Amino acid sequence: MPEPIATPALDHPPFARGGATLALADPGPMTSVAPFPGQETAVNAALQGAGLGFPAPNRVIEGQGARVVWTGRAQAFVIGVAAPDLTGLAATTDQTDGWVALTLAGPSAADILMRLVPLDLRPGAFPPGHAARSGLNHLPLILWRDATGFTLMTFRSMARTAWHEVETVMDATEARAGLAARA
Amino acid sequence: MRLTCPLCGPRDRREFYYSGAEDLLDRPEADAAPEVWHDYIHLRDNPAGMTRDLWYHEQGCGAWLVVTRDTVSHAISGVELVAPPQEGNASGGSISAKKKPGRKKKEAGDAA
Amino acid sequence: MRLDAGGLIDRSRPMSFRFDGRAYGGFAGDTLASALMANGVRVVGRSFKYHRPRGMLTAGSEEPNALVEVLEDGQQTPNVRATVQEVFEGLSAQGQNAWPSVRWDVMEVNDLLSPFLSAGFYYKTFMWPRAFWEAIYEPVIRRAAGLGRLSGRHDEAAYEKAHAFCDVLVIGSGPAGLMAAQVAAQSGADVILAEEDARMGGRLLADRGMVDGQPGVDWAAGVVAELATMPNVRLMTRTTVTGAYDDGTYGALERVGLHVAPQPNLPRECFWRIVAKQTVLAAGALERAIAHPSNDRPGIMMAGAVRAYVNRWAVAPGKRVTVFANNHSARATVRDLIAAGVEVAAVIDPRPDAPDEPGTRVFKGARVVGTKGRMGLKEITIDHEGRAFRFETDCLALSGGWNPTLHLTSHLGKRPVWRADIAAFVPGDNAVPGMIPAGACNGDFSTAACLAAGQAAAVRALSVLGIKPADIALPAAEDDATDMTPLWAVEGKGRAWLDFANDVTVKDVKLSAQEGFSANEHMKRYTTQGMAPDQGKNSSIGALAVLADTTGKGIPETGTTTYRPPFVPVSIAAMGAGARGMGFAPQRFTTSDQASRDRGAPMIEAGMWYRPSYFPKPGETTWREACAREVAMVRGNVGVADVSTLGKIDLQGADAARFLDFVYTNTFSTLPVGRVRYGLMLREDGFVLDDGTSARLADDRYLMTTTTAAAGLVMRHLEFVHQAFCRDFALRFISVTETWAQFAVAGPRARALIASLGIVQNLPFMGVASVMVGGVQGRLFRISFSGEEGYEIAVPARYGAGLFRDLVARAETMGGGAYGMEALNVLRIEKGFITHAEIHGRTTAFDIGMAGMVSAKKDCIGKAAAQRPGLNGPEREQLVGLRPQGDVAISAGAHLFNPGDEAKRENDQGYVTSVGPSPTLGGYLGLAFLKDGRARHGATVRLVDHLRGIDVLCTVCDPVFHDRDGGKMRA
Repeated sequence: MPEPIATPALDHPPFARGGATLALADPGPMTSVAPFPGQETAVNAALQGAGLGFPAPNRVIEGQGARVVWTGRAQAFVIGVAAPDLTGLAATTDQTDGWVALTLAGPSAADILMRLVPLDLRPGAFPPGHAARSGLNHLPLILWRDATGFTLMTFRSMARTAWHEVETVMDATEARAGLAARA
Repeated sequence: MRLTCPLCGPRDRREFYYSGAEDLLDRPEADAAPEVWHDYIHLRDNPAGMTRDLWYHEQGCGAWLVVTRDTVSHAISGVELVAPPQEGNASGGSISAKKKPGRKKKEAGDAA
Repeated sequence: MRLDAGGLIDRSRPMSFRFDGRAYGGFAGDTLASALMANGVRVVGRSFKYHRPRGMLTAGSEEPNALVEVLEDGQQTPNVRATVQEVFEGLSAQGQNAWPSVRWDVMEVNDLLSPFLSAGFYYKTFMWPRAFWEAIYEPVIRRAAGLGRLSGRHDEAAYEKAHAFCDVLVIGSGPAGLMAAQVAAQSGADVILAEEDARMGGRLLADRGMVDGQPGVDWAAGVVAELATMPNVRLMTRTTVTGAYDDGTYGALERVGLHVAPQPNLPRECFWRIVAKQTVLAAGALERAIAHPSNDRPGIMMAGAVRAYVNRWAVAPGKRVTVFANNHSARATVRDLIAAGVEVAAVIDPRPDAPDEPGTRVFKGARVVGTKGRMGLKEITIDHEGRAFRFETDCLALSGGWNPTLHLTSHLGKRPVWRADIAAFVPGDNAVPGMIPAGACNGDFSTAACLAAGQAAAVRALSVLGIKPADIALPAAEDDATDMTPLWAVEGKGRAWLDFANDVTVKDVKLSAQEGFSANEHMKRYTTQGMAPDQGKNSSIGALAVLADTTGKGIPETGTTTYRPPFVPVSIAAMGAGARGMGFAPQRFTTSDQASRDRGAPMIEAGMWYRPSYFPKPGETTWREACAREVAMVRGNVGVADVSTLGKIDLQGADAARFLDFVYTNTFSTLPVGRVRYGLMLREDGFVLDDGTSARLADDRYLMTTTTAAAGLVMRHLEFVHQAFCRDFALRFISVTETWAQFAVAGPRARALIASLGIVQNLPFMGVASVMVGGVQGRLFRISFSGEEGYEIAVPARYGAGLFRDLVARAETMGGGAYGMEALNVLRIEKGFITHAEIHGRTTAFDIGMAGMVSAKKDCIGKAAAQRPGLNGPEREQLVGLRPQGDVAISAGAHLFNPGDEAKRENDQGYVTSVGPSPTLGGYLGLAFLKDGRARHGATVRLVDHLRGIDVLCTVCDPVFHDRDGGKMRA
């Protein structure tokens, strides 16, 4: 009988540079919820019963220690808490191990991400509570913003590349800031 | 080029996969004549002007889209979902091609 | 020569730099061009074809002559415009297209040959004999011609790319741009102001005109300072908008770190993609030259550039300057030179009714007809009322009027429109949707007109955006008419240059027309006019005017050539920023990656995944030894391999079964819960899309696997079929590829290994069960890709690394171990299992021997097309096995011929898709597609690989070499 040994997708201390801090995050259990046709209202009600709800496109619904993030056509992820029983209402799939989550926070966070994500992420256009399905350069991306900053999720297998991409931009941002300070 | 995904909003072209004319939505019946299948699989108009084609929001929400655009001016006049996510009923429907009313079918000899 | 006072340079910050190996001094605020001029350096480059000595012609990014190589850290950046490169401490540059130096260039002999080197010379002369072109002519011509040189090393420097968004993008920060930005910003719009120069202000930096009662340069500084404090404004200097694209997208190149010594991590350039709801184009205008005889000598430059050098950089371009201009604007050059204490020899004005100019003599109705001075202008000859006069002069300031900088308005295909009243092309109406041209780029040349146009453009943009424009008083400024009378070329003895960069003269353009290349686009290609780094900014309008004159057609009928992006040269490195090294493509690592590397496995890329090639043991020196051992281990004992990279899709809903029946050729609705079935998927055109197994986990739930390579493709296909044809289905699916780590355990002792995990099971072949693996909920599949009794065990990915190490350790204690991709490949070839080497997009179910899997009882994607004539029959190349006759290697990609036939295309009988050395059967095995192959088992074919020099006879056989009845995997 083997001992179960859990290994994280990536092991990295937080990295602060260029006016932002990049860190690995563990958002907790993660379940995709895809309402079957005609069951949207029922699914929303069931999630509301859990203090959450089914979000509109590009939005996050925050609850106590948990959130529901819109992740695509007829699909959202319940994150941080087990999804309620939605048998017959929605397809639910455990996604906990499929993704690596990174947080990026700080005054330059939006500027840094806009090097890699083709979206307007400035606070006016992408305030806390907003979510997007897009790309982190060539990587698939689930992105949302809350009061503390951005959370980026990409495929677990691509964790190293994701870290490298953001880190490279943070290095450049720091170098740019140094240049501006001298000018 | 930018496409306004009905779900995600305006997005850069790089997020989308292009798949060709919307003709692919008009899937013939299984027992249709070989010429009908040939037309469906292979024959495409190449209009200078308005065209409707299929795009997939691959680096996005995963929706298939019908984009109406002008191949001359590049103006995009519409982006619609092939299937709105809330459409349908839980009891299940049938396999069906989406028929688009008013679409002009190719005349015999157009291919020549 | 540096003037004693004035200029926008910082004399308190001297900078030393090198040019062609010699040290010089400049100041902060200098360009390389202004600093060289201040040091009396006149020759900075050699022309492209004739290697003529050349100096600065302009003061901006349109510069055709002063192209240099900038050297840093062993790198060499060619074709840098000295007029754009800012001077910094330690800058090192050298002239290009010259050897040994720009002052002494042996290729100058081309200039003496110039009577023979006219347009089309190469086309006419180096045509025959044909074989000489690649061997002799081209290498010699390439060495003699060309521009700057690269270092030949990889560019390791940092580059960046970025996205930006705004309500209003203002391109250019002259009076029109600043006014537009100010109005838009104060109205509350989100504004980006992009300026190519290091400093905002445009022409206001180069001219001495007054705006709002103060020097224009001060007014500009005030507006910029105000904009800089506003949170809704982004000021982008050193940023050239290079292209206009669809739907408000613009490309822009920012020179981030090119004005300082290289620093770690500091990007050299950033390529921006700016999305703007509205855009005000305030790109200004470029001054026209006049093509007079011998007009290319160092010291001959544009009149506006002369003003810029004097006013902005406090440099006198000469000691005794002559002005040759057909318009009023160049008179400012006279006044500014005199104000700076520089002698003005005369004004040569071709207009018979030209006004007088205080302080200098004006030759009215006169033209410059000749010049002298090999390494720099010394003397000019003018024709005045039929008499020739000679002047000593070391600088000739030329102006033939102004061309609106409308290039971006043509990027979506719209042509400029000729305006006869100003003898210039202006942007076509609504040429780029959402872009409003304003000021000089739209034909409004006076400062007052530019300010008014900038304001009006901003108001128009704001009204589209639904923003109420702020009420801003229009500042007062000069409103002089340009008063230009066109003069494109001056007749006379000697060459008159149009395109300085590519050495195209008036005579070349005329010759082009005479030889039938009289359309503008043909003339451009025949003469190469406009094809140099400046892309005709200095020459195209003049050249087309000469062409129009030669053909007798008017200028509007002749029309411009097409302006395309980029507006200025953009380095490939900037466009590909971030894509070197690790940024080239995402790297995907399995959970067993570290364990595999720890065991010394060389990793190979499979798509984006990294997978172990093989696991070497001490004493093994080649992959074949390790591979043979691993294959034997699986056939005789037990092996463990990571198969997590296969695509996995979780399908749920009451209609999941019907959906699979529709996307697979075979039936899945009849599959019992707890069982797995192999499925074949076709494209709608009847060819095989992918294959894999699907397991039924519950009545309404399946787990599909796809091949590693086609995982994304299959997901896109499923989404299409679902959304297009099955949209009412109670069905949802999502990828779980990344969620599960999955390991194959294969071999006669696989069952024992599984049992040692404490998993009690009695799974039938093609069964699936939910199992606990050391307290973790996992899944166990009994499937085989090796032909042996095989299992695949799946656990949540976080437990993958631990489980893999555990499985391998258990296997090793049993005499087995881990196996890699090489062994996996040999095992499946021995068993005749296909991969995408076989289902490569041109093979049908019939070809691979699976026609029977296309169910007759139901429709499926691809079924109708698969039945087309020509896709089923003896004419098809069919999957077969191959065994070489003799102990030799064969290769994938080789072609098959009938023995005795010549190995050429017409005799082709098929091709090899997969090969591997089989320790089980001995010797190489191959999978191949052979015409009517299933009827030819036992026959001999000739296998030829022209590339690798392989030519062997092979015996055709069934593609399943090992355990044909499948008894082992069903055991």
